[in-house]
Order: sequence, then structure tokens, then C-alpha cells
Amino acid sequence: MSNIVKLKRGLDIHLVGEAKPRLTKAAMAESYAVMPPDFEGVTPKLLVKVGDQVKAGSPLFFRKGSEQMLFTSPVSGVVAAINRGEKRKVLSIVVTPDAKQTYEKFEIQPLDSYAREDVAAVLLQAGLWPMIMQRPYGIIANPADTPKAVFISGFDSAPLAPDMNFVLKDELENLNKGVEVLQKFTSGKVHLSLRAGTEGVLNRVKGVEQHLFAGPHPAGNVGVQIHHIDPINKGDIVWTVNVQDLAIIGRLFNRGVVDMTRIIALTGSEVVDAQYVQVIAGAAVSSVVKPSNILPQRDGGKVRVISGNVLTGTRVESTGWLTFYANQITVIPEGDRFEFLGWAMPRFKKFSVSHAYFSWLFPRREYVLDTNLNGGHRALIVTGLFDKYLPMDIYPMYLLKAIIAGDIDKMENLGIYEVVEEDLALCEFVDPSKTEIQSIVRDGINLMIKELN
Amino acid sequence: MKAIRNLLDKLRPTFSEGGKLSKLHSTFDAFETFLFVPNTVTRKGAHIRDCNDIKRVMIVVVVALLPALLFGMYNVGLQHFRAVGDAVAAASVWSCFWFGFLRMLPMIVVSYVVGLGIEFAAAQIRGHEVNEGFLVSGLLIPMIMPIDVPLWMVAVATAFAVIIGKEVFGGTGMNIFNPALLARAFVFFAYTPYISGEDVWTAGLLAGEGIDGYSGATPLTQLSENVHETLAHADVQSWFLGTIPGSIGETSTVAILIGAVILLWTGVASWRTMLSVFVGGYLMGLLFNLIGANEYMTMPAWYHLILGGFAFGAVFMATDPVTSAQTNVGKCIVGFLIGALAVMIRVVNPGYPEGMMLAILFMNALAPLVDHYVVQANINRRNKRLKLAK
Repeated sequence: MSNIVKLKRGLDIHLVGEAKPRLTKAAMAESYAVMPPDFEGVTPKLLVKVGDQVKAGSPLFFRKGSEQMLFTSPVSGVVAAINRGEKRKVLSIVVTPDAKQTYEKFEIQPLDSYAREDVAAVLLQAGLWPMIMQRPYGIIANPADTPKAVFISGFDSAPLAPDMNFVLKDELENLNKGVEVLQKFTSGKVHLSLRAGTEGVLNRVKGVEQHLFAGPHPAGNVGVQIHHIDPINKGDIVWTVNVQDLAIIGRLFNRGVVDMTRIIALTGSEVVDAQYVQVIAGAAVSSVVKPSNILPQRDGGKVRVISGNVLTGTRVESTGWLTFYANQITVIPEGDRFEFLGWAMPRFKKFSVSHAYFSWLFPRREYVLDTNLNGGHRALIVTGLFDKYLPMDIYPMYLLKAIIAGDIDKMENLGIYEVVEEDLALCEFVDPSKTEIQSIVRDGINLMIKELN
Repeated sequence: MKAIRNLLDKLRPTFSEGGKLSKLHSTFDAFETFLFVPNTVTRKGAHIRDCNDIKRVMIVVVVALLPALLFGMYNVGLQHFRAVGDAVAAASVWSCFWFGFLRMLPMIVVSYVVGLGIEFAAAQIRGHEVNEGFLVSGLLIPMIMPIDVPLWMVAVATAFAVIIGKEVFGGTGMNIFNPALLARAFVFFAYTPYISGEDVWTAGLLAGEGIDGYSGATPLTQLSENVHETLAHADVQSWFLGTIPGSIGETSTVAILIGAVILLWTGVASWRTMLSVFVGGYLMGLLFNLIGANEYMTMPAWYHLILGGFAFGAVFMATDPVTSAQTNVGKCIVGFLIGALAVMIRVVNPGYPEGMMLAILFMNALAPLVDHYVVQANINRRNKRLKLAK
């Protein structure tokens, strides 16, 4: 058994509304959507128009510049709408599902008989390739690359995150098959990181190199794990797959169909009955978060529905759809209220890592936190704070300043290849200057992609 | 509360773009956000945010300064009444404090009005929100001045510090030198007679109100002039408590340590910087003990830590996050050198009895260099890893 990597730096934010280990199956949603903005750096070229009939696994669009990379419908039905935003940017392709689902059939041979190009072709055709991400940059992997290794995080440490051992308890076969598929691509190993002290289906996955991690969030971030297992150097390419997506990939090769059924945790302080829900990817939010599911808000207050967790998730409208990679929905109160002399108050109900407030006295307490920014934007003033929340050998403040200055060499030297937005989300959370750190990091990564290619 | 909120909402259009008083937008905004934390919600990135903000950080520093400030006021009165030979008034804590309060208030007001005026104007020109940094600087400036410094000098020094020290670099967070110390350095070099010698530290001595033979010299001045005599009559207890002449806020090590506890407990100031300044000063003192070339060098090393501006500088000035080093290793190095340099200037340089101000300003200038090497070490580690992998 491997050694435990113990991380000290980081923070677990205890929120009200953890999902109870109980699973319900959501009824078929009124509509499903694939949203191109979920895929970083992808410009869609449409293959369908409104009114077209599609099956689950039928292509809806491909990536401009790489025609073989298809994005497919999660359900069978009729293309109901193609929503566009500014400059006619495609925001979502909406499919109204049939009562009886039909699936595109994929002829699957035993994996041994496939060359790696054939496996890639199947994944690309089925629309599951976008589940394979590459580091550096956190973008969809290039099928032509041979990654140094593949990394999978077997647990999510974000606030209110789902328990992956519960989510995947019936998926062992698919997980094993998924690992076999990934092994086709890399000359190195497939690494699976687990939380030390947990025991479940993920401990039994075959064909992987297991690693154990202990410590607070972001211990579950695959980027942090890579840093401690086999850090990314300039020129390296590694791939990462979300562990639930691994099961979906395995399902394709076990059953020959694109079955994007996934289990998400419905969480957050404003949810009546926080629990796990089985849905199909891209389901309308309204099929999971119903008005009856939401606690009544006082004084006409609003809630925010987040597809994902509170640190890195995407805000979605109640009329919107789940994002492609989401394993979680979080519902928290909006914080659009004024607070009289708030900065001078004791604020017993709010959370801060700073001892200038009192939440450090109650380490076990669970908080109801709203979306208020709790201050105004300022220049970066406080130093040494970010370092405590990024468990990597990286100086976050210097990296951020290099990005803001657009200094490619500095960014490279200071570790831009090793991070994506989510790794610095905690820094953004604790920053008293309220800097938009995650967007800065993404801008930096996009600048690197633009300048180096 | 509701009434104030309604009033602000009613006033807002007047100060917004297109309104009659739109030129005072930043001022309105500063007062509004002072009264109410805005209803701004997160739009990008993390949906929830820590409830700590710069206002809170700065107010913690102000609170930490209060013990030293209040004691400073008391001590201003105490020194004055001793100098004029009024033993009755000197024995009354209240009359001492009241005297000092009345003398100090105009300095604080001048510093805040001038400094905040410039800050508000700069924020308006840049279209930024007003930064709270000056809430601290504006209090620090009078606290490190001698009590008899003319008010116009406070005004000019503050203006210099804010404009040349801070705004030309881009405002709070971008400055290289600690603004409060820059104000003091400005007075120190431009109007030297008002901030050195024996008469400026006690209210009334410059005006000749002191009784015959009274000396208002600070212990450090005494040390630089007559080491033997001073050490023979060293009143360490007074030095520690702070009932001695000196800059207003710097004299009481006790009051400063209370502030230090607040700053360290809340985590607002870096313990690395603070501790290493004291360690640096102490070790330098010990080194001089070993050399022992003159009598000053043989003074017990820890005397340095409670004399003059050493403790005040270590706790409130060296720890300024903007002008100190930004890396943890850098903080230790910079802090250590500040302490060591300050003691070195005191003992070796005959011209300056006190070295804390210059030591901190000098290390402010060097801090980016120290950080550069610390960060370079990180880069080298990464490059080495790359080479090993190949």
C-alpha cells in the first residue's frame, strides 16, 4: 500500500446542507441541453437544426478545427431550440426527450483488438472524448497526444461535495473498463487518488496506481494530487478524468451505448431535502430543483442555484440546465442586502478564516453563507495569506502578479502549468481584497495557449 | 438604520455619473460603504466569500494602536507637567491625559484631513474606491512625531507621504515605502531642528516653559551623549512603561506589546516579521557586547528593544504587508536586518541617536530584492525538476 500524502495547507468550509446518503431517481426532465460554453476553448459547429430527430449519442455539434470531435445528445428526442447570445454565440442546444429513449448503437470489440486510434475514434464519435481533460491548461485533451500519465481523483473535497464511493457504488465494472480504456492511451500509469481512511468501491478498482491523501480541501483537486505524485514540468502532458465520467466511458465500452446517467448531490442550505439524485447529464435544473424543494425565503429574498460547488460551480438559472461536468447542485441564499456597519460587527453567523472575526472559536459549526462579496475590490494588500490555502510549492501571489502583467516567462517559471482555476479558488474565497483570482488564472492560461501555439 | 439607508439611496443619484455632485462620487462611496457593507454579490469565481475585508483588517490595526495612542496622550501631559515643575498635575492621570489629548487631537485631525482629502481626490481621478489604508497611516503619522512639531509641518509631511510615497506608485498596495515613516523622514530631513535634540519631545520646552535645568532628552539621546552617566542611572522600569520623553506613541513598550498581541492574535501582522525584528536587534546587541569596543557596546542587549522607536517600529511599521517582504522567508530576513541595522545605527553612527526609521525605510527598499531571491529559489527548484525529468 502506498504512503499517505498528508496535506496541511487548505481549508474545509463547513456549510449547512450536506446530501444525505439516499438516492432518488429524478423523473425525465422536460428538456435536456448541451451547452458549448461548458467546454473551455471550444467553438461549436452545429450539425443539427431545430426540429431534427436525435438519439442518445447522436452528434449535435463538432469542435471547429477538429471535425472528429463530436458533442452528442444525452437523450433521444427532438431538437427544440438553439439558443444564441451576443455575436450569435451558441449558448445551448436544447432537446425535448422522447417518452421512450432510443440509443445510437456503437459496435464494440474486445479492447485488446483495438489500436489506440480506434479507441479514440469510438470516444470521439460517442461524444465522450470531452470528458478527458489535459494538464497543463485544463482543456479537452488532444487525441493525438500521448500523455505521460492519467490522473483520476477518487474524492471531491469541495464544500458539500458528493461522496464518490456512494455515487459509484454500483459502477465497479464500468470503472474497471474505463481504466482499461485509458490505459490504451498512456505509456505511463493510471493514477487514482483516494482519501485516506475511506473504504468503498473505489478501493477495488483494478489497473490503477492508488494514492492516499489526507487533509483539507483542495486535497481532492486532481491538480494538487498531480503536484504531489508526479508534478507537471514544462513540455509534459498528462490527462485527467472526473471519476464519474470514467464510469460513463466504461459504460460505453461495456454496453455499446452512450448512457449519460449520473448521480448528483443536491446540496446547500436552502434545499429542503439534501440528497443524491440520479439524472441524465444536461437535465433541466427544474427537474431537480423544484420550488417545493427550496426553503421559503424571508423578505422576498432570492436563492442562487449553482451547478457544481460553491467555490468553482457555475451559476444557473432555475430555467437553465445542469452543466456537463457537474456532480453536484448547490442552492444558497443570494446576499444582495446591505449590512449596517457590517465590517465593524462581530458577525457571529458569518465565516472567516481571520481571527479578526470569531468563527475560529467554533471549528465544527456549519454555516449558512450567502453570495455577498462582503466588501469592495481593493489592490492586493495582505501578504502570506494565499500561501496557506494552496498546498503546492508555488507562490500564488507572484503567479497572479505575473499573470496580471502578462509575463509569459514568469508565469511559466512560477508554475502556471501546474494549476487551473479550481486550485486557487480558496485563495479567492479568503482574499480580503476580493480579487477575482479564478478569472485571472483562466486569463493567464488562455494567454499561454495563445502565445505558445 | 432604515432611515439612513433611505437617505443614502435618495442621495445616490446626486453623486452618481451625471449628477450634480458626481465629482464627489468616491467620497460618497467611501461614506456609504463605511455605513453599509454593499449589497454586491459575487458574479465570477467563488460564489461565497470570507467575510473579512480591508476595512476590517485596517480597523484591527487601528484598535491595536489605541493602547499606545492613549498612553502617548497621557505621557505627553506627564512629561509637560514634569518639565514645568507642576508636581500636582503630573500626579493626576486625568489631567495628564487631558492635556495630551488636547495637544494631540489637532495633529490627528490635520493628518486625517490632509491625507484622506488627497486619497479621496486620487480615488476620484482613478475611478477606484477609496482604500482604507490611510485610516492606519493617518493615525501613525502623529504618533511618530514629537509633540511640539508645528501643525503645518504635519500637513506638509502627510501630503508628501501620500502623494510622493503612495499615489505616484498607484495608491495603497503599490507603494514601496511605508507612508507614515516617509512622513517622519520628510520632517527629519527637511525640518531637522523640530525632530531632534532635547527640547522637541516635551510639550512646552521649545517655548521655554521648562524649569531651569530640566532636560527633555530621550534616553537614546542621553546614551549618545553620555553613555556612562546614563547607564549608571538606567531607569529600566520607566523605559519599559514609557514614562520617558520621545515620539508620542513610541515610548511605552507595554502599550505597544498589547497592540502586538492584538495584531498577532488576529493574524493581521506577520509574526515572522515581528519576531525577527526583535531577534535581529537582540543578536546585534549581543554582538556589540562581544566586541565591547566602547561603553555603549557593553549595554545589555535587551535595553535596545525597549528604547526609542524599536518596539513601535517592529510591531506597527516593519509589519506593514505592502512594504515588507511578501514571502515568508523574505519576511524573516527583512525583519532580522531591520532589527540589526537599527541597533547598528544607534551604536555605531554618532550622528543619529535612533536608527529604527532609517532601518525600516532602507529595508523597505531592499524587500523586493530579498523576495526576488526567495522566489528565484522556487523557480530554480522547478527548473531542476525539469532537468531531472529529462
